[in-house]
Amino acid sequence: MSENKNDQLPLWEVFIQKSNGAPIKHAGSIHASDKEMALQNARDIYTRRNEGRLLWLVPSNAIVATVIEDEADFFDPADDKIYRHPSFYEVPDGVTNI
Amino acid sequence: MDTVENMSPELLAFEARLAKDEVIEPKDWMPADYAKTLLRQISQHAHSEVIGMQPEGNWVLRAPTFRAKKILLAKIQDEGGHGLYLYSAAETLGMDRSQMIDQLHEGKAKYSSIFNYPALNWADIGAIGWLVDGAAIVNQVSLQRTSFGPYARAMVRICMEESFHQRQGYEIMVRMMRGNEAQRQMAQDAMNRWWWPALMMFGPHDKDSAHTQQSMKWKIKRQSNDVLRQRFVDKTIPQAHFIGLNVPDPDLKYDEETKSYQIGEINWDEFNQVIRGNGFCNHARLSHHKKRIGKESGYVRLQLHTL
Amino acid sequence: MNNKENLYQFLLRCSDDNLIAGQRMAEWCSNGPILEEDLAMVNISLDLLGQSESFLDYAATLDTMGKNADDLAFGRSEREYFNHLLVEQPNGDFAVSMVKLLFFSAYQKELYTALMSSKDERIAAICAKAVKEARYHYRHASDWFERLALGTDESLRRLNDAIVELWPFTENFFEMDNAYQALQAENIVPEMADIRKKWLSNIQEVFRNGEVDLPGDVHMYSGGINGYHTEHLGHLLCEMQYLHHAHPGAQW
Repeated sequence: MSENKNDQLPLWEVFIQKSNGAPIKHAGSIHASDKEMALQNARDIYTRRNEGRLLWLVPSNAIVATVIEDEADFFDPADDKIYRHPSFYEVPDGVTNI
Repeated sequence: MDTVENMSPELLAFEARLAKDEVIEPKDWMPADYAKTLLRQISQHAHSEVIGMQPEGNWVLRAPTFRAKKILLAKIQDEGGHGLYLYSAAETLGMDRSQMIDQLHEGKAKYSSIFNYPALNWADIGAIGWLVDGAAIVNQVSLQRTSFGPYARAMVRICMEESFHQRQGYEIMVRMMRGNEAQRQMAQDAMNRWWWPALMMFGPHDKDSAHTQQSMKWKIKRQSNDVLRQRFVDKTIPQAHFIGLNVPDPDLKYDEETKSYQIGEINWDEFNQVIRGNGFCNHARLSHHKKRIGKESGYVRLQLHTL
Repeated sequence: MNNKENLYQFLLRCSDDNLIAGQRMAEWCSNGPILEEDLAMVNISLDLLGQSESFLDYAATLDTMGKNADDLAFGRSEREYFNHLLVEQPNGDFAVSMVKLLFFSAYQKELYTALMSSKDERIAAICAKAVKEARYHYRHASDWFERLALGTDESLRRLNDAIVELWPFTENFFEMDNAYQALQAENIVPEMADIRKKWLSNIQEVFRNGEVDLPGDVHMYSGGINGYHTEHLGHLLCEMQYLHHAHPGAQW
């Protein structure tokens, strides 16, 4: 949890699943002193309009992230691996269901 | 003045990204002034949402029906939520919410001057929703395309949620104008008091705006004060006329050619007075906020005991 | 009184509890000590107002004068309000409001759970929906109780002050008058002694978790459900009903 300066409670990231089976997506962040408060604050702030049926809360400082400087080295190498996509392959005319 | 020769490679790359309409994320390299401008603008926006809870909060206990009370509570609650989204967006630039609030209390950070006017009758709640939120929405829709990711994403969420705010305000005005004579008078009185301050919300004319040019260049701001103000004027005046409200502007003209309204001169002296802290409610709004986040309730904000 | 009047009386009581508690909670709107908690308290207020309206809508169907929910909420005086005394008590500081919510939500949670099997189907349906809200309010309030109790010297002191102030109003929830007993004979409402037992066991658990002692024997206040109130209610109504008094007959 982030350092508790003055009266600033730790920061948490909020993830919401819109409906059963859907991906769990980042919605924003909130401040809370503990897990239970984090869940309730996220519920009161991010689900007032039926935005979801499931909440995940993660302390913000537990998140590791790439930065823009990493972008080229991390992600460019995937650019030319076009054989990973089905459109790369030739299928004779008349063949279906493949 | 930066020229291409003396620009650092980082700055060149940054400007190139902006030119391609790329979105800047918190951990990306950005010029210090860009971060500073954003922090000023987003925290000011956040403070405005939170201070803006007060004039409406002033009426929430007197709302005249279950329906009106629930709507108003939900709306003020949204403002608080929007304050939270915006504080979070600003926090990604490295300043705590508590620090931003300190700056507000010390007078170093501002909030929208519109909230330094008092809400005096029930129609004011209509006028605030219709005119004040209406003006804010015009600005916020434009800001959904701002170049800083967390700010733009907060704006998208805010615009989605605010779509009911303006309508609820207009609905109150409609009901009052269809009511008895006293109600119609209240509605016109509210219109008279909120119209000009709402126009001032867009800020000084473009030629007098200190921050506009740089903010436009950085795509923090996407459209100028005057463009946005005109958009608001043109969509709002027909709504006023439709329910029989007079627009309190003797110099108002309609230009058939441009299909656009030309408003009279805005009283910038009043605007500057309010900005300088001499508005009717400046002191009251700040002391209310200081009391709310003050010593008496400080014990609630500590990390008391972790469940 | 016939049973229709008894039912009408009970619906007003349930509605008034929610309306007054909801109005008190709404006082926190734009005044919350933390922005997140401000939103939480407004959510609670909205739940309570919604419940109040549901009970009043039902009551309005029994009203002989053809009044609707708004007429009933904004047109009655202190002596015609039948809420319990606890909910009309002033908010005080945050600890007072949370202890008030704890006592009230624990009562509502148990009452609604029992009313879900009421012979009156409309009451059962209202309570099946409302019980989820009451359980959430109880969870919110009991968590805060624990944080305040096990927090700092100041938070514990304020919590204890709140308990001392509010405890004498708790027995009032379990009073049964003749109208109530008549409904109970019809299996429309539950035996209050059972609700009290469950309420107390909830409260004992929360106090135990917070390592706080239950207050000893003190004088318990009685009233509210008979229209006899503390002076606080009049001021609350005065504010809430202001526009109706200033502009009689106007439509809003």
